[in-house]
Amino acid sequence: MSDPGSVGIAFWILSAIVLISGLLVVSLKNIFHCALFLMLCLTGVAGIFILLHAEFLAAAQVLVYVGAVSVLMIFAVMLTSNLARKKIVQTNQNALVAFVSCVAFVVGALWLIKGTEVWKFATEALPANNTMTIGKLLMTEFMLPFEVVSVLLVAAMIGAIVLARGEEA
Amino acid sequence: MSEYLSVLIFAVTGAAIVLFTFFISKLIRPHNPYPEKGVTYECAEDAIGDSWIRFNPRFYIFALIFVIFDVEVIFLFPWAVAFGELGLFALVEMVIFILILFFGLFYAWKKGVLKWV
Repeated sequence: MSDPGSVGIAFWILSAIVLISGLLVVSLKNIFHCALFLMLCLTGVAGIFILLHAEFLAAAQVLVYVGAVSVLMIFAVMLTSNLARKKIVQTNQNALVAFVSCVAFVVGALWLIKGTEVWKFATEALPANNTMTIGKLLMTEFMLPFEVVSVLLVAAMIGAIVLARGEEA
Repeated sequence: MSEYLSVLIFAVTGAAIVLFTFFISKLIRPHNPYPEKGVTYECAEDAIGDSWIRFNPRFYIFALIFVIFDVEVIFLFPWAVAFGELGLFALVEMVIFILILFFGLFYAWKKGVLKWV
């Protein structure tokens, strides 16, 4: 799997999963199914992170986005009365204009990128055990930000509790 | 990267076993459909109402608290990977990190958020 050919194939398969499920997220009529396809889309992005040797980022993507944020969204859909059952049309009369302007933007951007020769691509792969590097840096150089993160998380948690309880009181 | 090849083989084999089992059972089972077989049932009773119900909003606060501790787990990963080379000081740092977060859990507990009424 380490040769460029199979990595390329894996990249195309993952990209297809991400693009198709992303398209379904914005086109399906049942918002609950949209949320499920959003999870698939984010999982595909995690797969692309793994292809780029960014294992920690992939783990964070799966745990936080696929695990937590999507569950939050699905809960929000399920807890809102009748939202999951409804058929919602996600487009309006501006859909065609929006599509045309998006295509024009992409074509223009690609044309500009093609004409530019100063782009520098990162050809160097990440070191093999970059998760360990992150861990070491977090425990030594970035010790204070690391501890501040926990204070930030506690603040977020208390804020969430206060806001969520506000409705009941 | 090659270690992910075994992950791929594992996933493909797992899917293949499921498909193979369904295929075999389709070959050997009797085929006799009638309308009663397609009816939704609940413990052999007729189902009352719809499955698209509004769930209890109390679930949401648990989901919010889950998100916070999910982010905490993200920080545990690189720490666990690098722990072998860092030693006692890293342990103290992580204990402080978790204790600060534990204060949030304590707050939620004290406010009665975790109580299911």
